[in-house]
Amino acid sequence: MKRKATVNILECVACGCCIKVCPKNAIAIPKGIHAEISKDLCVGCGKCAKECPASVITLEVIEP
Amino acid sequence: MKQKKKWYDYLWIVSLTYLILGFFNILFAWFGLLCFFIPLAIAIIKGNKAYCNKYCGRGQLFSLVGGRFGLSRKKDIPKWMKSSYFRYGFLLFFFTMFFLMLWNTYLVFTEVKDLNTVVTLLWTFKLPWHWAYHGTFFSNGIAQFAFGFYSVMLTSTILGFITMILFKPRSWCVYCPMGTMTQLICKTKNVTLSQK
Repeated sequence: MKRKATVNILECVACGCCIKVCPKNAIAIPKGIHAEISKDLCVGCGKCAKECPASVITLEVIEP
Repeated sequence: MKQKKKWYDYLWIVSLTYLILGFFNILFAWFGLLCFFIPLAIAIIKGNKAYCNKYCGRGQLFSLVGGRFGLSRKKDIPKWMKSSYFRYGFLLFFFTMFFLMLWNTYLVFTEVKDLNTVVTLLWTFKLPWHWAYHGTFFSNGIAQFAFGFYSVMLTSTILGFITMILFKPRSWCVYCPMGTMTQLICKTKNVTLSQK
């Protein structure tokens, strides 16, 4: 069972706290609107979800 | 893979120095305008929130004190605080108070009002701050703006620290007026760009 971080883009404030804690550099905010997480790079560690001040990142189970 | 620290990861020192300098000479408060113009310029020119994401010293200060020093309960922020109503409402309120402060400065510039050497916390509590005033340049309005602007900066720092303790370290970022405004600019800019 694999988990990947998912952003609720409607509530994301694009502050970038998640970018700084991601050990895989999997997160970017290219247009200043919301964070985008690369599903390929994400290892589902959950650091970003813990850090997010708005708590809008969740770990979702990805079906193989 | 630990990310290597960059020069801008130390900008919290600048933010802290700014707050301390205001206790010695209020005119340093003018430098705070950089925290207004740089994020706006980046959002308008580059169309991103690089200021929030990388350079915001205040955010770094909160994550340091709340995260590293552990002065935060690390609980989820209430749902209403991250709603658009609250974020845009707070932006509107913040700017209304900001323009009132500018109006006040104007009145001192035109000598309708006398210089008031107080720092107003949370838009209510007036603290005597005359000890940080040692005269000013051509008009008292210069100093009045400094007192007003420092009030804005200190008030938002206090609010930020309160929500840092109650919720997550950088909870301020959720309702920071500059963050909301730069996000709004990015939304407008990037949506209109993609429609072209």
